[in-house]
Amino acid sequence: MTLKAQDDYDAIIVGSGAAGGMCAYVLACSGVKVLMLEAGRDYDPVSETPMFQLPFDAPLRAAGTPEKPFGFYDATVDGGWRVPGEPYSSADGTDFLWWRARMLGGRTNHWGRISLRMGEYDFKPRSRDGLGFDWPMSYEDIEPYYDKTEALIGVYGSNEGLENTPNSSPGVLLPPPAPRAEELLTQKVCRERLDIPVVPAHLAILTQPLEADRIARMLWPNNEMAQRVTAESMRARAACYYATPCGRGCSIKANFQSPTVLLPPATATGNLDIITNAMVREVTVDTNGRATGVHYIDKDTRLEEHVSARVVILTASACESARILLNSKSSLFPDGLGNGNGLVGKYVMDTVGAGVQGQIPALENMPPHNADGASAMHLYMPWWLYQDQARGQLDFARGYHIEFGGGRKMPGFGSFGGIEPLTMGSYGQSFKDDCRRYYGSFLGFAGRGEMIPNDDCYCEIDPEQVDEWGIPTLRFHWTWSDHELNQARHMQETFGEIIETMGGQVLGTIHDDGADAIAKPGEIIHEVGGVIMGDDPSRSVLNEFCQSWEVDNLFVADGGCFVSNADKNPTLSIMAIAWRASDYIVGQMNQRNL
Amino acid sequence: MATRSRNSDRDRRLDNSSKHRSELPVMGAVSMDRRQALKVIAIAAATPTLVSCKPSEEAPEALLTSASTSNPKARGDAWDPDLLAPTVLWERSLTSDELQSLAVLCDVIIPADDRSQSASQLGAHDFIDEWVSAPYEANQSDKIVVREGLVWLDSEAVRRFGEATRFRDLAPDQRIAICDEICYLPNARPELEAAALFFDKVRDLTSTAFWTTPEGMEDLQYVGNVPLPRWDPPPLEVLRHIGLE
Repeated sequence: MTLKAQDDYDAIIVGSGAAGGMCAYVLACSGVKVLMLEAGRDYDPVSETPMFQLPFDAPLRAAGTPEKPFGFYDATVDGGWRVPGEPYSSADGTDFLWWRARMLGGRTNHWGRISLRMGEYDFKPRSRDGLGFDWPMSYEDIEPYYDKTEALIGVYGSNEGLENTPNSSPGVLLPPPAPRAEELLTQKVCRERLDIPVVPAHLAILTQPLEADRIARMLWPNNEMAQRVTAESMRARAACYYATPCGRGCSIKANFQSPTVLLPPATATGNLDIITNAMVREVTVDTNGRATGVHYIDKDTRLEEHVSARVVILTASACESARILLNSKSSLFPDGLGNGNGLVGKYVMDTVGAGVQGQIPALENMPPHNADGASAMHLYMPWWLYQDQARGQLDFARGYHIEFGGGRKMPGFGSFGGIEPLTMGSYGQSFKDDCRRYYGSFLGFAGRGEMIPNDDCYCEIDPEQVDEWGIPTLRFHWTWSDHELNQARHMQETFGEIIETMGGQVLGTIHDDGADAIAKPGEIIHEVGGVIMGDDPSRSVLNEFCQSWEVDNLFVADGGCFVSNADKNPTLSIMAIAWRASDYIVGQMNQRNL
Repeated sequence: MATRSRNSDRDRRLDNSSKHRSELPVMGAVSMDRRQALKVIAIAAATPTLVSCKPSEEAPEALLTSASTSNPKARGDAWDPDLLAPTVLWERSLTSDELQSLAVLCDVIIPADDRSQSASQLGAHDFIDEWVSAPYEANQSDKIVVREGLVWLDSEAVRRFGEATRFRDLAPDQRIAICDEICYLPNARPELEAAALFFDKVRDLTSTAFWTTPEGMEDLQYVGNVPLPRWDPPPLEVLRHIGLE
């Protein structure tokens, strides 16, 4: 390739998703010269997003395929459970699914935008119930970064003051959209008859334009350049117009994606260079054991390149960052970089998932009205049984929240599949009338619960496989504990109870055995851990600022650093933690410690 | 644009990289024959509404004029299809004889009435051809189900109504006599289980094909997928309908 990256970068960031984008934004705004390497292709949501296109216009009416598991219009490019040319494997008895997205912005282009803060309990789980690990920081340490992240990316929601469900500071959240009809009905039944709270969800979608100048000044009080690029970027984002699904990306930048929210202000500083199609293989070190840069494969030329910097920051996603460390072997680090205690790859966690669908007669024959809304849910149920759990009344230790939805959404592939139990096999005019009657009356409930890290869930280098670029690949191991299985069973029982209390009928099976109810490991796409942080170098890979204990100019600032995986979807926390780590890096650079 | 590569030569090469990348083992790219580029509802069509709902001081023009109809960044294969100008990457595979029989069956499942046309009038049989011709394992397996089922329908027509009779030539009440026995798996006789599974498959595919057309969505009175100036609570008659007034 003709490009030779300069060798005067302060920092190399590997990956351009939630963590990489945030690190690039904070560092570039702070005057740090950054080179970002992204393994996938360049991607621009403004020009590439299929806004308003119909399933009718797509192959297979936009049904999921092996290459596009979430449907044709999903934003993901070169990603999904499989990536062309980049295999992974599972040990016997394990069926781990690893979702990747090889594109600028990574998985932020596809994600659900659900932005829930971890609470005070979530940072000290071991202190509460003796299981798993405590974080080396507390909620108070990360709270200012939650505020800053929410203000920067734009999150709608409300402050309800519920247990372990933190409020945001005044002036941070955007107003939540009014609930849809089916959400209101569910809320009424859950509140009045089941004592389950149903409150506004928190999603990274703009319900009104951001107050660019106020927020920019709040985020960067003494940094005019950062204020300018931040405010300019915010002014280029429009509020949601409540049409077309967020998972396609957003050409008007109303939702959060790294390429529309984090990378534009970062590049506007002039301090960020980005190389796409750059597949990082390993971090290089000098004879003193300090990181010097990274080797990457240029996917266009298939040539190996090396770039150097004072600091290397891995934000390639939890398992990919672990893979890079494990592949960074040298005489000083024969088992991989930062892996002297053998903990790299250990304690991988996903979210516990289980779901139930129901049909609700009260929602049949609804007067026609627009029920699209802000693409995803307007309401959700935060975990409500902390006290029962503390009293030992449940047979699982950690909580889950409920995501739900349905109603009169755009008809899509399979919208009327599996309704024979209701129609008794009707066809002809009666089937046509049945579809009209049942349209909009289906509701789906999905639990998202906390998994407790265990010794049997980890990834390692598969000694028998390399990817298309010659890089050794990962092999996964997985065993759920009873905490997860019992929780999944409890989810399904709860959803069945909600559906029946609403006067509805469960479609499908509610399983007695949690092992039949639980989603496959990796299937919820919340895999975190594997490069855990801690306050003891012998029992963790990173300190609380995502800094390697062994190599002080090496950081892993993505979900790999998580030591627990609360039911709160991890992306918001990944960004807040990455911002905190970035502030620390800037401070250490200013003090000449890096 | 949100990003820039470090020099423009590289940008050009990125855009021209499709030949190189097509050497990857890309599933589904069995045929690059392109169907007509399908109609795209461009964001430009929504622009007037959008402009009127934005605060006047913050309406960057660039946001409102991204009316692309194709995407030069996309390679166009199954992993990176052109989402703005979708094309089907494989050939149809059912015979015209099979398609004629399928069209009749689709209309037995969803006939025309005073609100909308029949399934075959909206191309349901053609969609099923697209579906069973796709190169994926599940679709290939559905092709066997559909083909065997169509043969079974004709053989059943012969068995019941005489030689040289095809299902599609039967009178409506004769078709119903056959379909009534295979329309609901739990009630189907054991020897008709395969036929019932076939009927269920075609009913599912017909229903997807029919209700996802613009006419089908209009029949259901789906009124979304339009930009709104703001999001309002449900209308009063909706709240009344669910007892939440």
